[in-house]
Amino acid sequence: MADEVVLSTRQLVKRYGSRIAVAGIDLEVRRGEIVGLLGPNGSGKTTTILMLLGLTEASHGEARVLGRDPMRDPLSVKRAVGYLPDAVGFYDGLSAATNLVYTARLAGIPRPEIRGRIDDALARVDLTEHADRRVATFSRGMRQRLGLAEILMKRAQIAILDEPTAALDPHATLEFLAMIRGLKDAGITVLLSSHHLDQVQTVCDRVALFREGRIVLSGTVRDLAAQVLGGGWVIDVATDLPDAEAAFRGVPEVQAVTQVEPGHWRIQARSDIRNAVAAAVLGARGTLLRIGLAEPSLAEIYRRTFEEEATHVAA
Amino acid sequence: MSRREGSPWAGVGTVMAKETADHLTSVRMRLLEALVFLTALGATYAALRSIRDTVGQDPFLFLNLFTLSQAPLPSFVAILGFLVPLVAIALSFDTVNGEFSRRTLGRLLSQPIYRDGLIFGKFAAALLTLVIALVALWLAVIGLGILLLGLPPSTEEIVRMAGFLLATIAFGGVWLAVGLLFSTLCRSPATAALSALAVWLIVGMFWAPITSMLADIISGPLMGPMGPNIGHVETAQALSRISPNGLFGEIAVAILNPATRTLGPVLYSDLDGALIGAPLPAGQSFLLVWPQFTALIAAVIVLFVLAYLVFLRQEVRA
Repeated sequence: MADEVVLSTRQLVKRYGSRIAVAGIDLEVRRGEIVGLLGPNGSGKTTTILMLLGLTEASHGEARVLGRDPMRDPLSVKRAVGYLPDAVGFYDGLSAATNLVYTARLAGIPRPEIRGRIDDALARVDLTEHADRRVATFSRGMRQRLGLAEILMKRAQIAILDEPTAALDPHATLEFLAMIRGLKDAGITVLLSSHHLDQVQTVCDRVALFREGRIVLSGTVRDLAAQVLGGGWVIDVATDLPDAEAAFRGVPEVQAVTQVEPGHWRIQARSDIRNAVAAAVLGARGTLLRIGLAEPSLAEIYRRTFEEEATHVAA
Repeated sequence: MSRREGSPWAGVGTVMAKETADHLTSVRMRLLEALVFLTALGATYAALRSIRDTVGQDPFLFLNLFTLSQAPLPSFVAILGFLVPLVAIALSFDTVNGEFSRRTLGRLLSQPIYRDGLIFGKFAAALLTLVIALVALWLAVIGLGILLLGLPPSTEEIVRMAGFLLATIAFGGVWLAVGLLFSTLCRSPATAALSALAVWLIVGMFWAPITSMLADIISGPLMGPMGPNIGHVETAQALSRISPNGLFGEIAVAILNPATRTLGPVLYSDLDGALIGAPLPAGQSFLLVWPQFTALIAAVIVLFVLAYLVFLRQEVRA
């Protein structure tokens, strides 16, 4: 079940007149994953999302959400998918609960169940005590959480979140990211579009990098690091060994060694060679102060990818 | 191509119930409805004062409540012709663009409903609100008439007043659809309101002098060397029927004044054998304005369809 593809596109294209917004996207998302969509403004992320929801028609190609075509079976797709647009809007004059009642009725939730589902959803996003307050008095973060409550109330199988943390303060962002992880724990597949690379790296299992309507890279951060940075493993070592660089270079699989600061080294390798590095330090009668795997940085991958693209285009 | 799944009416009832509640409780609508009620009831009261003396002589006293005026107030019909478009535009100018500006459209359309259901539910809610207000006003006028005249209306008067009520609803429906169309064409609610009001001013308020001027250009001046120019009159009348206010005015004249036998120019030959001033049966009066009724309803449908088509082609993102 975990490998079941719940969302896929094949050569999906969207044209607006002569302008191509999405230029043939192939994407697969498996059940329970959190997949991040990254890319600059206008790179086709939101248009792709709208096509997956059946809110705009594809010019070419196909999309499948839980095995259904969003353009031909939009109601089935929308019943199973929750959508949180950036800067989500609610009816300011109505309370949080009344806003959700309206959506629940549109979603076709049986009336006897509505109250219970709303109470449960509001509790999960910590808005229970604000249920009867007018949304006009809500902060931006509370509105975003109310948007998540709507997805939970619908019992959506897939949550599509478009720039959900774009205008949140750091505290609200951390809360919101924790709630996104909560969606995964609840078995909900998440498609997260964002500009915030660090946030995407924190919560996403896989990422897809968009550029000019195409996905130029996709996979786990480690896969992307291997593709873009040329090595999948970065090991941080702290030692008092005077000639540490020579010792490290003698270890098989090492690709590069750089000194970050005195006594602190960073080793790039083809595999996880922490044991061999530790043995090399101890074998040279040095003291191993610290050793650990450094996560490849999505920001670095992103920067390198778009730098390479720019160089390629310039050439 | 396979058909899309489900009913286009999914969610219509929910949207309609929510929007109707919003309209009926909004400060904007309460103010406008108070304005309509006060002016209309004032006009009716003024009309009552002038017809009290003729009680027992005129068989259509209640119809006079709608058509008689006493300075400085215009007649009830004239007030409706002026204020119903305003109320209708106020109900619909932010129907679609309001959802854009509140950023609620994407969230709403990601629920299992079609755009058809959303726009139709909103239009139906605005129309229902208008119907509620007009029926209440109609009942208030008749009640005031019964109270102050001490007489119940005859069956024919009730039929004619009900016909007039339906015509007023259709007339309001046209202006609702105009507001709806601008709410889809203009992204800003303020621009939509101003555009709809501009159309109302041109087609509703200044149309009579415009038609006269155009008829002069098309068919020559009203008074020719051989007497009145029938071509001018017919052209002016045809042009006036482009305006919903022109159609509404003709319906009001024919239905509320049973002596009206024709809406066009009358020639001496037409009067051969006619009993001048004798009232037409209600059925004949309705037949006289059936085309005007049909035109108003057709205008509602055409404008709604235009708004619907524009809305279908709009991108959801704000």
